[in-house]
Amino acid sequence: MTMSRWLRRLFALCVLRPVAIMMLGITVRGRENLPTSGPAIIVANHNSHLDTLVLLSLMPYRHIDIVRPVAAADYFLSNRYLAWFSLQILNILPLERGNAARGEDPLQESAAALDRGEILIVFPEGSRGAAEIMGKFKGGVARLKERYPSVPVIPVFLQGAGKALPRGEIVLVPVVVDAVVGTEVPWTGNRAQYTAEMESAVRALGASLPKVFDDEED
Amino acid sequence: MIIDIADNVAIALAAIMTLLFVATAIAWPQRKKKHELWLRTRTWWVIILLLAVSIVLPSWVPIALFGLISFLAFKEFVTLIPTRRADHRVLLWAYLSIPLQYYWVSIGWYGMFIIFIPVYIFLALPLRMVLAGETQGFIKAAGTVHWGLMIAVFSLSHAAFLLALPASGNPVAGGDGLLLYLLLLTEINDVGQYCSGKLLGKHKVVPKVSPNKTVEGLVGGVIITTLVAMLAAPYLTPLSWYEAGAIGFVLALAGFAGDVTISAVKRDLKLKDSGSLLPGHGGVLDRVDSLTFTAPLFFHIVYFLYY
Repeated sequence: MTMSRWLRRLFALCVLRPVAIMMLGITVRGRENLPTSGPAIIVANHNSHLDTLVLLSLMPYRHIDIVRPVAAADYFLSNRYLAWFSLQILNILPLERGNAARGEDPLQESAAALDRGEILIVFPEGSRGAAEIMGKFKGGVARLKERYPSVPVIPVFLQGAGKALPRGEIVLVPVVVDAVVGTEVPWTGNRAQYTAEMESAVRALGASLPKVFDDEED
Repeated sequence: MIIDIADNVAIALAAIMTLLFVATAIAWPQRKKKHELWLRTRTWWVIILLLAVSIVLPSWVPIALFGLISFLAFKEFVTLIPTRRADHRVLLWAYLSIPLQYYWVSIGWYGMFIIFIPVYIFLALPLRMVLAGETQGFIKAAGTVHWGLMIAVFSLSHAAFLLALPASGNPVAGGDGLLLYLLLLTEINDVGQYCSGKLLGKHKVVPKVSPNKTVEGLVGGVIITTLVAMLAAPYLTPLSWYEAGAIGFVLALAGFAGDVTISAVKRDLKLKDSGSLLPGHGGVLDRVDSLTFTAPLFFHIVYFLYY
Protein backbone atom coordinates (compact mmCIF):
# COMPACT_ATOMS: atom_id res chain seq x y z
CA MET A 1 0.00 0.00 0.00
CA THR A 2 1.39 3.36 -0.91
CA MET A 3 2.14 6.12 1.56
CA SER A 4 -0.79 8.29 0.50
CA ARG A 5 -3.24 5.43 0.96
CA TRP A 6 -2.03 5.06 4.54
CA LEU A 7 -2.25 8.78 5.14
CA ARG A 8 -5.74 8.80 3.70
CA ARG A 9 -6.83 6.16 6.21
CA LEU A 10 -5.10 7.98 9.03
CA PHE A 11 -6.85 11.21 8.02
CA ALA A 12 -10.22 9.44 7.91
CA LEU A 13 -9.74 7.99 11.39
CA CYS A 14 -8.06 10.91 13.14
CA VAL A 15 -9.67 13.94 11.50
CA LEU A 16 -12.71 13.04 9.44
CA ARG A 17 -14.52 10.83 11.99
CA PRO A 18 -13.77 12.96 15.09
CA VAL A 19 -14.85 16.18 13.35
CA ALA A 20 -17.90 14.47 11.92
CA ILE A 21 -18.95 13.06 15.28
CA MET A 22 -17.92 15.69 17.83
CA MET A 23 -17.89 19.04 16.09
CA LEU A 24 -20.75 18.41 13.74
CA GLY A 25 -22.68 15.31 14.68
CA ILE A 26 -24.01 14.60 11.22
CA THR A 27 -27.54 13.26 11.00
CA VAL A 28 -28.28 11.30 7.86
CA ARG A 29 -31.61 10.42 6.40
CA GLY A 30 -31.78 7.94 3.54
CA ARG A 31 -28.33 6.50 4.19
CA GLU A 32 -29.51 3.30 2.47
CA ASN A 33 -29.69 5.27 -0.80
CA LEU A 34 -25.93 5.88 -0.86
CA PRO A 35 -24.21 3.84 -3.59
CA THR A 36 -22.74 0.60 -2.29
CA SER A 37 -20.37 0.21 -5.23
CA GLY A 38 -18.97 2.24 -8.10
CA PRO A 39 -19.30 3.62 -10.63
CA ALA A 40 -21.74 6.22 -9.32
CA ILE A 41 -22.13 9.99 -9.12
CA ILE A 42 -23.21 11.79 -5.96
CA VAL A 43 -24.53 15.29 -6.58
CA ALA A 44 -25.00 17.70 -3.68
CA ASN A 45 -25.58 21.36 -2.98
CA HIS A 46 -22.50 23.27 -1.88
CA ASN A 47 -22.15 25.74 1.00
CA SER A 48 -18.84 25.11 2.64
CA HIS A 49 -15.53 23.29 2.39
CA LEU A 50 -16.97 21.03 5.04
CA ASP A 51 -19.42 19.59 2.49
CA THR A 52 -16.68 17.48 0.95
CA LEU A 53 -15.60 16.22 4.38
CA VAL A 54 -19.21 15.49 5.34
CA LEU A 55 -19.81 13.43 2.21
CA LEU A 56 -16.47 11.65 2.58
CA SER A 57 -17.32 10.74 6.17
CA LEU A 58 -20.69 9.32 5.08
CA MET A 59 -19.13 6.92 2.61
CA PRO A 60 -18.22 3.44 3.86
CA TYR A 61 -14.62 3.06 4.93
CA ARG A 62 -13.98 0.33 2.35
CA HIS A 63 -14.66 2.79 -0.48
CA ILE A 64 -12.02 5.21 0.75
CA ASP A 65 -9.84 4.84 -2.34
CA ILE A 66 -12.57 5.00 -4.96
CA VAL A 67 -14.46 8.09 -3.72
CA ARG A 68 -13.31 11.08 -5.75
CA PRO A 69 -14.51 14.61 -4.99
CA VAL A 70 -14.50 16.56 -8.24
CA ALA A 71 -12.90 19.90 -7.36
CA ALA A 72 -11.80 23.03 -9.16
CA ALA A 73 -8.13 22.81 -10.14
CA ASP A 74 -7.68 26.59 -10.07
CA TYR A 75 -8.55 26.62 -6.36
CA PHE A 76 -7.39 23.29 -4.96
CA LEU A 77 -4.15 23.10 -6.87
CA SER A 78 -3.35 26.78 -6.37
CA ASN A 79 -0.35 26.13 -4.11
CA ARG A 80 1.76 23.04 -3.62
CA TYR A 81 0.68 22.28 -0.02
CA LEU A 82 -3.00 22.50 -0.77
CA ALA A 83 -2.41 20.58 -3.98
CA TRP A 84 -0.62 17.77 -2.14
CA PHE A 85 -3.38 17.57 0.47
CA SER A 86 -6.16 17.70 -2.13
CA LEU A 87 -4.64 15.09 -4.41
CA GLN A 88 -3.13 12.68 -1.89
CA ILE A 89 -5.48 12.87 1.07
CA LEU A 90 -8.82 14.08 -0.25
CA ASN A 91 -8.12 12.18 -3.47
CA ILE A 92 -9.79 14.87 -5.56
CA LEU A 93 -10.33 14.70 -9.28
CA PRO A 94 -9.16 18.11 -10.49
CA LEU A 95 -11.51 19.89 -12.86
CA GLU A 96 -10.29 22.75 -15.02
CA ARG A 97 -12.97 25.41 -14.79
CA GLY A 98 -13.68 27.19 -18.03
CA ASN A 99 -11.65 24.93 -20.31
CA ALA A 100 -14.71 23.92 -22.32
CA ALA A 101 -14.44 27.41 -23.79
CA ARG A 102 -10.89 26.59 -24.84
CA GLY A 103 -12.15 23.59 -26.75
CA GLU A 104 -10.88 20.93 -24.31
CA ASP A 105 -13.06 18.21 -22.86
CA PRO A 106 -13.48 19.04 -19.16
CA LEU A 107 -15.11 15.71 -18.47
CA GLN A 108 -12.29 13.50 -19.73
CA GLU A 109 -10.92 12.84 -16.23
CA SER A 110 -14.36 12.22 -14.76
CA ALA A 111 -15.27 9.83 -17.55
CA ALA A 112 -12.04 7.93 -17.04
CA ALA A 113 -12.79 7.69 -13.31
CA LEU A 114 -16.24 6.26 -14.02
CA ASP A 115 -14.62 3.76 -16.37
CA ARG A 116 -12.41 2.69 -13.46
CA GLY A 117 -15.52 2.16 -11.32
CA GLU A 118 -14.99 5.14 -9.01
CA ILE A 119 -17.63 7.14 -7.13
CA LEU A 120 -17.63 10.83 -8.03
CA ILE A 121 -18.73 13.56 -5.65
CA VAL A 122 -19.90 16.56 -7.64
CA PHE A 123 -21.20 19.94 -6.51
CA PRO A 124 -23.02 21.05 -9.67
CA GLU A 125 -23.47 24.61 -8.42
CA GLY A 126 -19.83 24.98 -9.36
CA SER A 127 -18.95 27.07 -6.28
CA ARG A 128 -19.96 27.45 -2.66
CA GLY A 129 -21.79 30.69 -3.28
CA ALA A 130 -23.59 32.43 -0.43
CA ALA A 131 -23.91 30.22 2.64
CA GLU A 132 -27.00 28.01 2.74
CA ILE A 133 -28.50 29.43 -0.45
CA MET A 134 -28.63 27.02 -3.34
CA GLY A 135 -27.50 28.31 -6.73
CA LYS A 136 -28.26 27.03 -10.22
CA PHE A 137 -26.81 23.69 -11.29
CA LYS A 138 -24.34 23.54 -14.16
CA GLY A 139 -24.56 21.01 -16.95
CA GLY A 140 -21.50 18.79 -16.48
CA VAL A 141 -23.23 15.92 -14.71
CA ALA A 142 -25.92 15.75 -17.39
CA ARG A 143 -23.19 15.39 -20.03
CA LEU A 144 -21.65 12.54 -18.07
CA LYS A 145 -25.04 10.92 -17.58
CA GLU A 146 -25.72 11.14 -21.29
CA ARG A 147 -22.48 9.29 -21.93
CA TYR A 148 -23.04 6.79 -19.07
CA PRO A 149 -26.83 6.39 -18.71
CA SER A 150 -26.47 3.30 -16.51
CA VAL A 151 -24.30 5.03 -13.87
CA PRO A 152 -26.62 6.05 -11.01
CA VAL A 153 -26.79 9.73 -10.05
CA ILE A 154 -27.67 10.09 -6.36
CA PRO A 155 -28.92 13.48 -5.09
CA VAL A 156 -27.89 14.62 -1.61
CA PHE A 157 -29.02 17.73 0.25
CA LEU A 158 -26.63 19.12 2.83
CA GLN A 159 -27.56 21.70 5.43
CA GLY A 160 -25.69 23.29 8.28
CA ALA A 161 -22.13 23.16 6.98
CA GLY A 162 -22.54 26.69 5.66
CA LYS A 163 -23.38 27.76 9.19
CA ALA A 164 -20.50 25.80 10.72
CA LEU A 165 -17.89 27.09 8.29
CA PRO A 166 -19.20 29.64 5.78
CA ARG A 167 -17.17 30.86 2.86
CA GLY A 168 -14.43 33.23 3.94
CA GLU A 169 -14.34 32.03 7.56
CA ILE A 170 -11.43 30.05 8.94
CA VAL A 171 -12.85 29.02 12.31
CA LEU A 172 -15.33 26.22 12.56
CA VAL A 173 -18.34 26.65 14.84
CA PRO A 174 -19.96 23.36 15.92
CA VAL A 175 -23.33 22.90 14.24
CA VAL A 176 -25.26 19.72 13.52
CA VAL A 177 -25.11 19.00 9.79
CA ASP A 178 -28.08 17.38 8.11
CA ALA A 179 -27.61 15.17 5.10
CA VAL A 180 -30.63 13.89 3.21
CA VAL A 181 -29.87 11.23 0.60
CA GLY A 182 -32.43 10.70 -2.14
CA THR A 183 -32.95 7.99 -4.70
CA GLU A 184 -31.33 7.86 -8.12
CA VAL A 185 -32.38 10.50 -10.69
CA PRO A 186 -33.11 8.55 -13.91
CA TRP A 187 -31.88 9.81 -17.28
CA THR A 188 -34.50 11.90 -19.05
CA GLY A 189 -33.00 11.89 -22.53
CA ASN A 190 -32.34 15.62 -22.53
CA ARG A 191 -29.39 17.37 -20.90
CA ALA A 192 -30.99 20.68 -19.94
CA GLN A 193 -34.04 18.89 -18.63
CA TYR A 194 -31.87 16.47 -16.68
CA THR A 195 -29.93 19.27 -15.00
CA ALA A 196 -33.19 20.90 -13.97
CA GLU A 197 -34.50 17.55 -12.73
CA MET A 198 -31.39 16.96 -10.61
CA GLU A 199 -31.57 20.44 -9.16
CA SER A 200 -35.19 20.06 -8.15
CA ALA A 201 -34.47 16.60 -6.69
CA VAL A 202 -31.81 18.08 -4.41
CA ARG A 203 -34.04 21.04 -3.54
CA ALA A 204 -36.95 18.74 -2.69
CA LEU A 205 -34.78 16.77 -0.26
CA GLY A 206 -34.06 19.97 1.64
CA ALA A 207 -37.63 21.18 1.74
CA SER A 208 -38.48 19.41 4.99
CA LEU A 209 -35.54 20.78 6.97
CA PRO A 210 -35.89 23.80 9.27
CA LYS A 211 -34.21 26.97 8.06
CA VAL A 212 -30.71 27.74 9.16
CA PHE A 213 -30.29 31.48 8.93
CA ASP A 214 -32.51 34.29 10.10
CA ASP A 215 -31.75 36.54 7.16
CA GLU A 216 -32.42 34.09 4.35
CA GLU A 217 -34.01 35.54 1.27
CA ASP A 218 -36.72 33.36 -0.19
CA MET B 1 -8.13 -0.93 43.57
CA ILE B 2 -9.94 0.85 46.35
CA ILE B 3 -13.13 2.40 45.15
CA ASP B 4 -13.52 5.73 46.83
CA ILE B 5 -17.25 6.19 47.21
CA ALA B 6 -19.49 6.26 50.22
CA ASP B 7 -21.53 3.10 50.89
CA ASN B 8 -24.69 5.13 50.60
CA VAL B 9 -23.70 6.33 47.16
CA ALA B 10 -23.07 2.76 46.02
CA ILE B 11 -26.45 1.66 47.40
CA ALA B 12 -28.15 4.61 45.74
CA LEU B 13 -26.53 3.81 42.41
CA ALA B 14 -27.82 0.26 42.71
CA ALA B 15 -31.30 1.55 43.60
CA ILE B 16 -31.32 3.97 40.63
CA MET B 17 -30.31 1.20 38.28
CA THR B 18 -33.06 -1.02 39.64
CA LEU B 19 -35.53 1.78 38.97
CA LEU B 20 -34.11 2.17 35.50
CA PHE B 21 -34.70 -1.52 34.91
CA VAL B 22 -38.33 -0.98 35.91
CA ALA B 23 -38.60 2.08 33.62
CA THR B 24 -36.99 0.12 30.81
CA ALA B 25 -39.50 -2.67 31.30
CA ILE B 26 -42.39 -0.16 31.16
CA ALA B 27 -40.99 1.52 28.04
CA TRP B 28 -39.94 -1.76 26.36
CA PRO B 29 -43.12 -2.22 24.28
CA GLN B 30 -42.56 1.23 22.73
CA ARG B 31 -38.92 0.76 21.72
CA LYS B 32 -39.76 0.15 18.06
CA LYS B 33 -41.75 3.37 17.78
CA LYS B 34 -38.95 5.27 19.54
CA HIS B 35 -41.46 6.58 22.01
CA GLU B 36 -40.47 9.47 24.22
CA LEU B 37 -40.31 7.36 27.39
CA TRP B 38 -38.07 4.80 25.68
CA LEU B 39 -35.65 7.43 24.39
CA ARG B 40 -35.68 9.16 27.74
CA THR B 41 -34.98 5.95 29.63
CA ARG B 42 -32.17 5.09 27.25
CA THR B 43 -30.62 8.50 27.84
CA TRP B 44 -30.92 8.03 31.58
CA TRP B 45 -29.05 4.74 31.24
CA VAL B 46 -26.22 6.46 29.42
CA ILE B 47 -26.06 9.24 32.01
CA ILE B 48 -26.23 6.92 35.00
CA LEU B 49 -23.72 4.39 33.66
CA LEU B 50 -21.25 7.12 32.69
CA LEU B 51 -21.81 8.71 36.07
CA ALA B 52 -21.32 5.43 37.93
CA VAL B 53 -18.00 4.99 36.19
CA SER B 54 -16.86 8.57 36.49
CA ILE B 55 -17.93 9.08 40.10
CA VAL B 56 -15.15 6.76 41.32
CA LEU B 57 -12.62 8.75 39.28
CA PRO B 58 -11.30 12.22 40.24
CA SER B 59 -14.16 14.75 40.36
CA TRP B 60 -13.03 16.58 37.21
CA VAL B 61 -14.07 13.53 35.18
CA PRO B 62 -17.82 13.67 35.96
CA ILE B 63 -17.61 17.48 35.75
CA ALA B 64 -16.14 17.18 32.24
CA LEU B 65 -18.92 14.75 31.43
CA PHE B 66 -21.51 17.41 32.27
CA GLY B 67 -19.48 19.85 30.18
CA LEU B 68 -19.83 17.49 27.25
CA ILE B 69 -23.59 17.24 27.77
CA SER B 70 -23.78 21.04 27.84
CA PHE B 71 -21.74 21.24 24.64
CA LEU B 72 -24.01 18.79 22.84
CA ALA B 73 -27.17 20.50 24.11
CA PHE B 74 -25.92 23.95 23.12
CA LYS B 75 -24.79 22.70 19.72
CA GLU B 76 -28.26 21.35 19.16
CA PHE B 77 -29.78 24.68 20.19
CA VAL B 78 -27.47 26.64 17.86
CA THR B 79 -28.40 24.30 15.02
CA LEU B 80 -32.11 24.69 15.60
CA ILE B 81 -32.38 28.44 16.03
CA PRO B 82 -32.01 30.51 12.91
CA THR B 83 -28.93 32.66 13.49
CA ARG B 84 -27.57 35.61 11.58
CA ARG B 85 -24.68 35.17 9.19
CA ALA B 86 -22.88 38.01 10.90
CA ASP B 87 -22.84 36.15 14.22
CA HIS B 88 -20.36 33.44 13.27
CA ARG B 89 -17.65 34.70 15.64
CA VAL B 90 -20.23 35.49 18.31
CA LEU B 91 -21.23 31.84 18.34
CA LEU B 92 -17.60 30.89 18.69
CA TRP B 93 -17.35 33.06 21.81
CA ALA B 94 -20.50 31.48 23.16
CA TYR B 95 -18.99 28.02 22.66
CA LEU B 96 -15.77 29.05 24.38
CA SER B 97 -17.75 29.94 27.51
CA ILE B 98 -18.57 26.23 27.99
CA PRO B 99 -15.08 24.97 28.90
CA LEU B 100 -14.52 28.09 31.00
CA GLN B 101 -17.77 27.64 32.93
CA TYR B 102 -16.88 24.02 33.71
CA TYR B 103 -13.35 25.04 34.60
CA TRP B 104 -14.76 27.35 37.29
CA VAL B 105 -16.81 24.39 38.50
CA SER B 106 -13.79 22.06 38.59
CA ILE B 107 -11.77 24.46 40.76
CA GLY B 108 -14.81 25.13 42.94
CA TRP B 109 -14.77 28.91 42.35
CA TYR B 110 -18.36 29.61 43.29
CA GLY B 111 -18.24 33.40 42.82
CA MET B 112 -17.11 33.10 39.21
CA PHE B 113 -19.31 30.10 38.44
CA ILE B 114 -22.43 31.96 39.50
CA ILE B 115 -21.82 35.20 37.56
CA PHE B 116 -19.74 34.17 34.55
CA ILE B 117 -22.56 33.46 32.09
CA PRO B 118 -25.32 35.65 33.61
CA VAL B 119 -23.04 38.72 33.81
CA TYR B 120 -19.76 38.53 31.90
CA ILE B 121 -20.94 36.51 28.91
CA PHE B 122 -24.20 38.45 28.95
CA LEU B 123 -22.17 41.62 28.43
CA ALA B 124 -19.49 40.16 26.16
CA LEU B 125 -21.80 38.67 23.52
CA PRO B 126 -23.54 41.91 22.53
CA LEU B 127 -20.15 43.64 22.54
CA ARG B 128 -18.85 41.11 20.02
CA MET B 129 -22.07 41.55 18.02
CA VAL B 130 -21.57 45.31 17.89
CA LEU B 131 -18.04 44.76 16.61
CA ALA B 132 -19.50 42.58 13.86
CA GLY B 133 -21.60 45.60 12.98
CA GLU B 134 -24.91 44.05 11.96
CA THR B 135 -27.89 45.78 13.61
CA GLN B 136 -30.71 44.02 11.78
CA GLY B 137 -32.13 41.41 14.18
CA PHE B 138 -29.71 42.44 16.93
CA ILE B 139 -32.01 42.08 19.95
CA LYS B 140 -33.35 38.73 18.87
CA ALA B 141 -29.88 37.36 18.17
CA ALA B 142 -28.44 38.59 21.46
CA GLY B 143 -31.44 37.22 23.33
CA THR B 144 -31.59 33.77 21.78
CA VAL B 145 -27.88 32.98 21.97
CA HIS B 146 -27.68 34.00 25.61
CA TRP B 147 -30.88 32.15 26.46
CA GLY B 148 -29.38 29.01 24.94
CA LEU B 149 -26.28 29.38 27.10
CA MET B 150 -28.39 29.91 30.22
CA ILE B 151 -30.42 26.76 29.59
CA ALA B 152 -27.81 24.42 28.16
CA VAL B 153 -24.71 25.54 30.02
CA PHE B 154 -25.41 27.67 33.09
CA SER B 155 -28.38 25.65 34.36
CA LEU B 156 -26.84 22.26 33.74
CA SER B 157 -23.52 23.25 35.29
CA HIS B 158 -25.32 23.50 38.65
CA ALA B 159 -25.59 19.72 38.65
CA ALA B 160 -21.81 19.53 38.22
CA PHE B 161 -21.15 22.09 40.94
CA LEU B 162 -22.72 19.75 43.49
CA LEU B 163 -19.53 17.68 43.09
CA ALA B 164 -17.39 20.69 43.92
CA LEU B 165 -19.17 21.47 47.21
CA PRO B 166 -17.14 20.78 50.37
CA ALA B 167 -17.76 17.27 51.73
CA SER B 168 -18.41 18.68 55.22
CA GLY B 169 -21.83 19.98 54.17
CA ASN B 170 -23.12 16.47 53.52
CA PRO B 171 -21.41 14.01 55.90
CA VAL B 172 -23.48 11.01 54.79
CA ALA B 173 -22.66 10.98 51.08
CA GLY B 174 -20.84 14.18 49.96
CA GLY B 175 -21.35 15.88 46.60
CA ASP B 176 -21.77 12.53 44.87
CA GLY B 177 -24.80 11.85 47.06
CA LEU B 178 -26.40 15.21 46.28
CA LEU B 179 -25.90 14.75 42.55
CA LEU B 180 -27.38 11.26 42.65
CA TYR B 181 -30.31 12.52 44.71
CA LEU B 182 -31.00 15.24 42.11
CA LEU B 183 -30.77 12.80 39.21
CA LEU B 184 -32.91 10.25 41.06
CA LEU B 185 -35.70 12.75 41.73
CA THR B 186 -35.62 14.19 38.23
CA GLU B 187 -35.79 10.74 36.71
CA ILE B 188 -38.50 9.50 39.10
CA ASN B 189 -40.52 12.56 38.23
CA ASP B 190 -40.15 11.98 34.47
CA VAL B 191 -41.30 8.39 34.80
CA GLY B 192 -43.91 9.12 37.50
CA GLN B 193 -45.60 11.85 35.47
CA TYR B 194 -45.61 9.70 32.38
CA CYS B 195 -47.09 6.66 34.12
CA SER B 196 -49.76 8.46 36.13
CA GLY B 197 -50.65 10.48 33.05
CA LYS B 198 -51.07 7.30 31.03
CA LEU B 199 -53.14 5.58 33.72
CA LEU B 200 -55.32 8.43 34.95
CA GLY B 201 -54.78 11.34 32.57
CA LYS B 202 -57.92 13.28 31.57
CA HIS B 203 -57.52 17.03 31.90
CA LYS B 204 -54.85 18.72 29.82
CA VAL B 205 -52.60 21.24 31.57
CA VAL B 206 -51.08 23.13 28.64
CA PRO B 207 -52.89 21.80 25.54
CA LYS B 208 -51.31 24.31 23.17
CA VAL B 209 -47.76 23.48 24.20
CA SER B 210 -47.81 19.81 25.05
CA PRO B 211 -51.12 17.99 24.55
CA ASN B 212 -49.90 14.85 26.32
CA LYS B 213 -49.43 16.55 29.67
CA THR B 214 -52.36 16.12 32.03
CA VAL B 215 -53.24 17.45 35.46
CA GLU B 216 -53.47 13.87 36.72
CA GLY B 217 -49.97 13.08 35.40
CA LEU B 218 -48.56 16.20 37.02
CA VAL B 219 -50.21 15.48 40.39
CA GLY B 220 -49.12 11.84 40.27
CA GLY B 221 -45.55 12.90 39.52
CA VAL B 222 -45.58 15.39 42.38
CA ILE B 223 -46.83 12.78 44.87
CA ILE B 224 -44.36 10.08 43.79
CA THR B 225 -41.40 12.48 43.65
CA THR B 226 -42.21 13.98 47.06
CA LEU B 227 -42.43 10.52 48.64
CA VAL B 228 -39.19 9.31 47.07
CA ALA B 229 -37.49 12.57 48.08
CA MET B 230 -38.41 11.97 51.73
CA LEU B 231 -37.44 8.29 51.63
CA ALA B 232 -34.05 8.77 49.99
CA ALA B 233 -33.00 11.98 51.79
CA PRO B 234 -31.45 10.39 54.95
CA TYR B 235 -29.15 8.21 52.84
CA LEU B 236 -27.90 10.80 50.39
CA THR B 237 -28.43 14.28 51.85
CA PRO B 238 -28.31 16.27 55.07
CA LEU B 239 -31.99 17.25 54.55
CA SER B 240 -34.62 16.73 57.24
CA TRP B 241 -37.82 14.94 56.19
CA TYR B 242 -39.85 18.11 55.74
CA GLU B 243 -37.08 19.87 53.82
CA ALA B 244 -36.80 16.81 51.58
CA GLY B 245 -40.57 16.75 51.05
CA ALA B 246 -40.56 20.41 50.06
CA ILE B 247 -37.63 19.84 47.68
CA GLY B 248 -39.37 16.83 46.11
CA PHE B 249 -42.47 18.95 45.58
CA VAL B 250 -40.51 21.84 44.03
CA LEU B 251 -38.41 19.56 41.80
CA ALA B 252 -41.50 17.77 40.47
CA LEU B 253 -42.99 21.11 39.39
CA ALA B 254 -39.63 22.29 38.04
CA GLY B 255 -39.14 19.11 36.03
CA PHE B 256 -42.57 19.61 34.50
CA ALA B 257 -41.74 23.25 33.73
CA GLY B 258 -38.45 22.30 32.06
CA ASP B 259 -40.17 19.67 29.98
CA VAL B 260 -42.91 21.95 28.65
CA THR B 261 -40.48 24.84 28.15
CA ILE B 262 -38.37 22.83 25.73
CA SER B 263 -41.62 21.65 24.11
CA ALA B 264 -42.58 25.29 23.58
CA VAL B 265 -39.17 25.98 22.04
CA LYS B 266 -39.64 23.12 19.62
CA ARG B 267 -43.11 24.33 18.73
CA ASP B 268 -41.80 27.81 18.10
CA LEU B 269 -39.21 26.33 15.72
CA LYS B 270 -41.99 24.33 14.02
CA LEU B 271 -40.25 21.07 14.88
CA LYS B 272 -43.33 19.48 16.40
CA ASP B 273 -45.63 20.46 13.59
CA SER B 274 -43.48 18.84 10.94
CA GLY B 275 -44.86 15.45 11.95
CA SER B 276 -41.93 13.34 12.98
CA LEU B 277 -38.97 14.85 14.71
CA LEU B 278 -35.80 14.91 12.69
CA PRO B 279 -33.37 12.28 13.88
CA GLY B 280 -30.76 13.83 16.10
CA HIS B 281 -32.86 16.93 16.57
CA GLY B 282 -34.85 15.35 19.35
CA GLY B 283 -31.53 14.64 20.95
CA VAL B 284 -29.75 15.96 23.97
CA LEU B 285 -31.70 19.10 24.80
CA ASP B 286 -34.92 17.19 24.64
CA ARG B 287 -33.65 14.53 27.01
CA VAL B 288 -32.20 16.82 29.66
CA ASP B 289 -35.07 19.31 29.52
CA SER B 290 -36.34 18.60 33.03
CA LEU B 291 -32.81 18.66 34.45
CA THR B 292 -32.22 22.18 33.12
CA PHE B 293 -34.87 23.39 35.58
CA THR B 294 -34.36 20.99 38.50
CA ALA B 295 -30.56 21.35 38.72
CA PRO B 296 -30.32 25.07 39.56
CA LEU B 297 -33.32 24.99 41.93
CA PHE B 298 -32.04 21.97 43.83
CA PHE B 299 -28.55 23.42 44.01
CA HIS B 300 -29.64 26.76 45.39
CA ILE B 301 -32.04 25.35 47.97
CA VAL B 302 -29.38 22.97 49.31
CA TYR B 303 -26.71 25.66 49.10
CA PHE B 304 -28.89 28.07 51.06
CA LEU B 305 -29.70 25.51 53.74
CA TYR B 306 -26.35 23.75 54.28
CA TYR B 307 -23.36 25.58 52.76
